Amino acid sequence: MAIRSFFVPFLLFGLYFYSSLSPVLSLYEDQVGLMDWHQQYIGKVKQAVFSTQKTGRRRVIVSTEENVIASLDLRHGEIFWRHLLGSDDVIDGIDIGLGKYVITLSSGGSILRSWNLPDGQMVWESYLQGPKHSKSFLLVPTNLKIEKDSVIVVFSNGRLHAVSCIDGEVLWKKDFEAESFEVQQVIKPPGSDLIYVVGFAASSQFEMYQINGRNGELLKHESTTFSSGFLGEVSLVSSETVVALDSTGSILLTISFQNGEISFQQTPISNLYEHFSGPAIIIPSSVPGIFAIKTNAITIFIRVIGEGMLEVAEKTNHETAISDSLPLSEGQQAFALIQHAGSEIHLAVKLAHDWDGNLLKESIKMNQQRGLVHKVFINNYIRTDKSHGFRVLIVMEDHSLLLLQQGTIVWSREDGLASIIDVTTSELPVERDGVSVAKVEHNLFEWLKGHMLKLKGTLMLASPEDVALIQSMRLKSSEKSKMTRDHNGFRKLLIVLTRAGKLFALHTGDGHIVWSHLLRSLHKSEPCQSPIGLNLYQWQVPHHHAMDENPSVLVVSRCGPSSDAPGVLSFIDTYTGNELSSLSLAHAVAQVIPLPYTDSTEQRLHLLIDSDKHAHLYPKTSEALSIFKREFSNIYWYSVEGHNGIIKGHALKYECTGKVADEFCFDTRELWSVVFPSESEKIIATVTRKLNEVVHTQAKVIADQDVMYKYISKNLLFVVTVAPKGCGEIGSVTPEESWLVAYLIDTVTGRILHRVTHHGAQGPVHAVFSENWVVYHYFNLRAHRYELSVIELYDQSRADNKDVWKLVLGKHNLTSPISLFSRPEVITKSQSYFFTHSVKAIAVTSTAKGITSKQLLIGTIGDQVLALDKRFLDPRRSVNPTQAEKEEGIIPLTDSLPIIPQSYVTHALRVEGLRGIITVPAKLESTTLVFAHGVDLFFTQLAPSRTYDSLTEDFNYALLLITIVALVAAIFVTWRLSERKELQEKWR
Amino acid sequence: MEKGKGVMGSGRRWAVDFSDNSTAPSSRDIPDPLGFNRASVDQDDSTVSRQKKDAESNWKAQKAWEVAQAPFKNLLMMGFMMWMAGNTVHLFSIGITFSALWQPISALQGVGKVFEPYKDSKVELLGPKLLFIALNLGGLALGVWKLNTLGLLPTHASDWVSSLPPAQEVEYSGGGIPL
Repeated sequence: MAIRSFFVPFLLFGLYFYSSLSPVLSLYEDQVGLMDWHQQYIGKVKQAVFSTQKTGRRRVIVSTEENVIASLDLRHGEIFWRHLLGSDDVIDGIDIGLGKYVITLSSGGSILRSWNLPDGQMVWESYLQGPKHSKSFLLVPTNLKIEKDSVIVVFSNGRLHAVSCIDGEVLWKKDFEAESFEVQQVIKPPGSDLIYVVGFAASSQFEMYQINGRNGELLKHESTTFSSGFLGEVSLVSSETVVALDSTGSILLTISFQNGEISFQQTPISNLYEHFSGPAIIIPSSVPGIFAIKTNAITIFIRVIGEGMLEVAEKTNHETAISDSLPLSEGQQAFALIQHAGSEIHLAVKLAHDWDGNLLKESIKMNQQRGLVHKVFINNYIRTDKSHGFRVLIVMEDHSLLLLQQGTIVWSREDGLASIIDVTTSELPVERDGVSVAKVEHNLFEWLKGHMLKLKGTLMLASPEDVALIQSMRLKSSEKSKMTRDHNGFRKLLIVLTRAGKLFALHTGDGHIVWSHLLRSLHKSEPCQSPIGLNLYQWQVPHHHAMDENPSVLVVSRCGPSSDAPGVLSFIDTYTGNELSSLSLAHAVAQVIPLPYTDSTEQRLHLLIDSDKHAHLYPKTSEALSIFKREFSNIYWYSVEGHNGIIKGHALKYECTGKVADEFCFDTRELWSVVFPSESEKIIATVTRKLNEVVHTQAKVIADQDVMYKYISKNLLFVVTVAPKGCGEIGSVTPEESWLVAYLIDTVTGRILHRVTHHGAQGPVHAVFSENWVVYHYFNLRAHRYELSVIELYDQSRADNKDVWKLVLGKHNLTSPISLFSRPEVITKSQSYFFTHSVKAIAVTSTAKGITSKQLLIGTIGDQVLALDKRFLDPRRSVNPTQAEKEEGIIPLTDSLPIIPQSYVTHALRVEGLRGIITVPAKLESTTLVFAHGVDLFFTQLAPSRTYDSLTEDFNYALLLITIVALVAAIFVTWRLSERKELQEKWR
Repeated sequence: MEKGKGVMGSGRRWAVDFSDNSTAPSSRDIPDPLGFNRASVDQDDSTVSRQKKDAESNWKAQKAWEVAQAPFKNLLMMGFMMWMAGNTVHLFSIGITFSALWQPISALQGVGKVFEPYKDSKVELLGPKLLFIALNLGGLALGVWKLNTLGLLPTHASDWVSSLPPAQEVEYSGGGIPL
């Protein structure tokens, strides 16, 4: 006994210590995909090039607005390979060289790269410099060769380069240094070695350079002045003719430069179209002999016949899109034209010189939620009967990508999801009769088979094939994609707003799209020219007495990019995706403040602040107004003016002045302001606590049963300022010139609770605020490393509440409401640590009751999400913690934070272009749902303290069952035995 | 204590009676051995029985004191085990602590039964009983003390505030950087 008692504590302590040091979250290989899903997107396609050689798989190479170069399978639309370039490395052009290299021009024409077509490996990279900034063009001519070397012609930064296709070496270059020369087109007529560079100079001069493609020699330079100037772009109608508009947008100029002679031809648009009014714009295209202009809502296709003569080919008021030309055999060129008509789109493929005849005419039913066709790319294939077949790739208004072939949509990709602006969540309907839509197992046999397999698996009798079958059954479990609420709250809807103005509802179980809705209020309309979706808010979350209502979300958008453009509100039912109503506001929306009050139908009250600092209350009901009036004097708001470094606090005043009587509009008055000296500080980051965060307790129990009271306030703002010099890139300033100041400001009173200066530190700063602590990430210029700092706030004025009897009898005022105008005595504890990674986003886990310990979720530069225990960022860590502190779980202080490979939440996957991490509590206290979005989407469940309130996936049910059975059998046997024995006793 | 229990065991099937009951001839139907004069023995009968009764009550009183002191050994044993168990909360220390709490309680519940075999009009049982109770209470106190050192008694402020929700704030403020 003595020996045991000596060992057991040691053993247990050892085990405890081991487990406390490595909070490993890792999962087993067969658990991948059970609770997480990952979706890959590319973004809105800018340019597409087909590669349909006879050998090898048919693919299309695309470049997108998310700076992705991808190779897609033409059969299914899957991604073969994909590269995400940096956000400052915008792709200008792509093409295919020699049939095996993908050539990309990016970064304003200064970086030229070549990628291997089959696998996407980079072959070479060239850096192209030039004298001045200009438009950039990438041409990959098929027949231009210099000493058996295929040539790429690049015009960028005011310089024309000829680059070898094999190794990226610049063969020759030619500068266009004329001050005002603006290049408009670079033309390489087929069948000759000449290159034409045309452009405008001094806004009224047309310039043409003829260059020998073999050596870059300037053969001819011509220029002509056109007095009324030029507007916008030029359209290429043949290899030696371009069409431009004059500066008024009403006269078409046909400019031909055959044999180096420039000749003009003017045609007023009113000659072609008598109802013409207002300026027209040229739709950029490159179909020989045809170009299109757009005026008001009418698109006019104009044919060029002979020597600059123009003729209207077609007028249409349908929305249209036109593709570039596609060379067919024997010098013919085809192009695709798409016109909208109601719920259908009409696809026509025509030959360039034959407008009236159609090679192909198809009508395809199109989902209204995809909006208009924005771009068309055409490709042909040879049918078995030697005729031409066409496939067309179209990019829709919602950024989705579709392949049309033979009158049907072969595949579609929802690439709008690559550019998510905002995310919120919604519950699913409660399971009732007729509500559930999940399929039950097909029949009894299947059911039995499934369970037999599972039994085999648990008894370790399954063969590898069985194991694979079990795994696929687990992954495809219909349970997780059911359309009803589950007991643990794992199944929810993720409502996401994309840049295209489309709202998607994704199911958290497997990520499928439940519904999608292109917001009508975000369509272009007469009063609202360029609407932009801004944010999503939870408008109505019925849970208690309004269970019959569907939840709804509020989408706040704005007409135009300026901050005083009027706002638009739309209310969307999250079960169906229907737009319940939309409001076009008379005022702008500068800020949206969700208030902590709801009305009797669980609609949340929102306060919208306009650009004149008037506050508008929504919903506009008398009930909302009465609730609001009750709390009127306790509602404040603050504004952060980043450009002049001022934070202002405001209170509300009754009734708007100088306006039409509107009882839902309130004036505001300034209460306080914090002015940062503009010569030494510039605001670069502000963070507040999440509005819906739940905190379980205000006390923190530390070693030796001592108590510290957290300072928990919802009205705290964390602000970081840096020296104005240090706003640039990391390393652009010396450590002496750069500093970073962190503030904690009470947003009701404007009181600065804490201020700390980090000398020699520089942004960018990423921060997260939760409970009573804030963690922020910045660069330390002296140490040449990134740092994470933590500040924790404690309330010293409560620290005296240590009398046990008072607490037992409840004679304390720790939970009574407090006013922020009573002066709090805040003490802070802080610590800093080195951190290896640079960071793209930081979030923190959130659980239903706030009991579970927290983890920081750090989006690393490698586009992964790392879970870091908050215990590593505890300012009470010390180099040699005492025994009591060790028992409390304090980790000995180290200079840098450990990165445990197993604690990557995204395991082997990458969320390309990671932008945001959102955490949502599940109903189960131990579990939090994590959604990371960027170009890719990733969702998983996390249990920061492991699933202490439910059995884990790998719980050994078989062992439990066997134990129970064995115990029951043992009870039965011993009972019988004892009965028999008793009987024998009695007989004795 | 085990000894006490052994004496008062109820379900016995046989017993060796060490007391000499030869003075009761009625129960014996066998004849006296030759040359044995029963009458001479009967004369001293009363004095012998009185002596015997005195001896028995003395023995009972002595036994009662012994039984009353038995928990003391237990107490020492428990103290040693607690010391060995250490001050961290785990299965072993909890087991020891709870057995240290349970034993005195169960013993106190059975005070009457423990002393039942020694019940006698002539034996004063109050003293032993009080000692027995006091020692068991001491054991109980030891158990409670151990419980406290393990931190399982709510005697600190932290035990009462650890689930206090944060105080409500009267004011509410929202806003931020303009959209």
